[in-house]
Amino acid sequence: MTFLDMQGIGKTFPDGTEAVRGIDLSVGEGEFIVLLGPSGCGKTTTLRMVAGLELPSIGRIMMGGADVTRLRPSQRDVGFVFQFYALYPHLNVRANIAFPLESIGVPRRERNSRVAEVARAMGIEPLLKRYPRQLSGGDQQRVSLARAVVRRPRIYLMDEPLGTLDADQRLELREFIRRRQQEMKVATIYVTHDQEEAMGLADRVVVMRNGLIRQAGSPAEVYNDPLDLFVAGFVGSPGMNFIHGTLRRHDNALVFEPEGADASIPIHSETPPGDVTLGIRPEYVFSDPDGPIEGSVVLDEYQGGFRSVHVDTGFSHNLVMRAPADDRHATGQRLRLNLNHRHTRFFNRQTGRKL
Amino acid sequence: MAGTLLKLENVGKRFGAVAALRDVSLEVMADELLVVLGPTGAGKTTLLRTIAGLEAPDNGRVLMAGADVTDRSPADRDVALVFQDFSLYPNWTVRRNLEFPLKAPGRNMTAGQIAERVEWAAELLKITPLLDRRSQRLSGGEMQRVAIGRAIVRRPRLFLMDEPLTNLDAKLREVLRVELVCLRRELQTPMVYVTHDQVEALSMGDRIIVLSEGAILQTGRPEDIYRRPSAPVVARQLGQPGINLINVSRSGRFWVSEIGVPVAPLRSDEAESEHMILGVRPEDIAATGGTHTGTVRMVENTGPAKILLVEWAGCEIHIIVPATDQVSPGDVIHPRIDPDGMLLWPKDGPLLDSPKA
Repeated sequence: MTFLDMQGIGKTFPDGTEAVRGIDLSVGEGEFIVLLGPSGCGKTTTLRMVAGLELPSIGRIMMGGADVTRLRPSQRDVGFVFQFYALYPHLNVRANIAFPLESIGVPRRERNSRVAEVARAMGIEPLLKRYPRQLSGGDQQRVSLARAVVRRPRIYLMDEPLGTLDADQRLELREFIRRRQQEMKVATIYVTHDQEEAMGLADRVVVMRNGLIRQAGSPAEVYNDPLDLFVAGFVGSPGMNFIHGTLRRHDNALVFEPEGADASIPIHSETPPGDVTLGIRPEYVFSDPDGPIEGSVVLDEYQGGFRSVHVDTGFSHNLVMRAPADDRHATGQRLRLNLNHRHTRFFNRQTGRKL
Repeated sequence: MAGTLLKLENVGKRFGAVAALRDVSLEVMADELLVVLGPTGAGKTTLLRTIAGLEAPDNGRVLMAGADVTDRSPADRDVALVFQDFSLYPNWTVRRNLEFPLKAPGRNMTAGQIAERVEWAAELLKITPLLDRRSQRLSGGEMQRVAIGRAIVRRPRLFLMDEPLTNLDAKLREVLRVELVCLRRELQTPMVYVTHDQVEALSMGDRIIVLSEGAILQTGRPEDIYRRPSAPVVARQLGQPGINLINVSRSGRFWVSEIGVPVAPLRSDEAESEHMILGVRPEDIAATGGTHTGTVRMVENTGPAKILLVEWAGCEIHIIVPATDQVSPGDVIHPRIDPDGMLLWPKDGPLLDSPKA
């Protein structure tokens, strides 16, 4: 069931900047939505409009069936977490976490037990008597998260809450957020530029660019079936490989001829012939002595569990192959490659849209 | 890699009661990218500033190409530093920002030489179309390209990079990290690259130094540090998700977890200690084939793979499985640790057992 409904909302700032240019998005009860995109795509402005911190220039925001477009933040009952922990410096950790409960008149005993419960879940019990200035950045961020999740608002809004943390803390807190959200079943909108975080957290990933939604879907959908080149490149680390070229019919079979290289790659697809961009994920590029693609290794990036091998093939872009961790490649090494045909995707060269 | 360009001998630095660097000794080869990896506060920036000559060490020596430069000024050392926060002159054009280091007193370059060098750097960094733009009108990624351009333009002997990609979007980081490695190779100039990002460390470094509380914990190739970390504190710094660490005790032919569940068979060569820490990377645990059940708590789809959070043997562990595996929260699985990927450390002490690298 829909809890939050953004109906054609847009935001133009006084200086003329069109930060958000018409967004329609429904968020279900208990759904975890991640707004994903590069700096300046409008994701934070969208979140701030839902929070009531910005007034939309156009459109309506409905919450639980009621129009909240013009309500003040305090009237919307949202739990907000920012990238930069805004803790009260004169209150200790316990008082900081208890603050939202105190302000809605929760009795002391219940306050204490709820603070203790959240502190335990987040591993910050030993910090309860300290003051914010005595905490590391990571711990401050934990406290700020704890303060947000100690009560049950109608919706959580999180703006890159893990952005300033070291990697190991990020994963731990990410799992905490996800678990807490699943327990409390509170609808959540989470903003990030990190596609890995988005994929890990979301029920639905909403990919934004230039103030518009490019695609909204489950992590598997946006990864496996991107609607355009931008989504294909932005989601995945590294993103999808692209090769400009031409699809031709040849003796009743379809072949792809890359621009700038003398190669002919057999293709199994229903895509009509023409100028296209072929897309393929690095894990579907593989080493094959009889493969139709030839190239030399530019860079072998070790990633612990695997390698990203960048290969110059003379095509429009280098091809990146995901290789096993123990398969080390020297720079300059010649390779023959093949593509897993079931996983090739085709995009319109001009519009970038999926064919 | 011919020869050593930079050498630090027992360098120490204190700020009041805090020891920022403790007896740090290291070498940077003439054509390598050395990554210094460590969490916030490990002393990484102090180390870089000491190499640059911006901090004087309390003890120890800094040598460049064999000569003692400990007391030499930053300018004398001919190194170029790039910071996290770009630090360009906002009102200047990109061109003027790039020219600036070449116009320093004593350089005596002609206008023609300067123009040529700026064009060269701009082309390498793909910022030629931006040359006449004011730097305040650039995006974060463009600014950092210009900052790197300003570092390479005078062709220093050594690049020092202090988390240069940290303030950029994840996607841009990924692209620039590849470009930086390729650029450095082309210039054949050594680089010390400081980061807290394990992905950057593993993928960029020819070698990695792991720094913690001002001291070096381990030095080695990325593969060595990832597969054979000398201690849990090193192991934890690498990997996404991080390594699983399980407290185990010897019981019969097995290592058992704290609640007595056998997690791995004992191997013949490991018998000394009763209580150990077992480390295993998430990709070295299979979801099937084990004898004891685990319950899947969370499933994260990362694209090519799924990360499972599993309750098993009284602990919570991460397992990486292919994206094609159908797994949902609540599923019961049988985790099995690959013996080749298993590490064991005494509760406090060095690496005892070593899997193949």
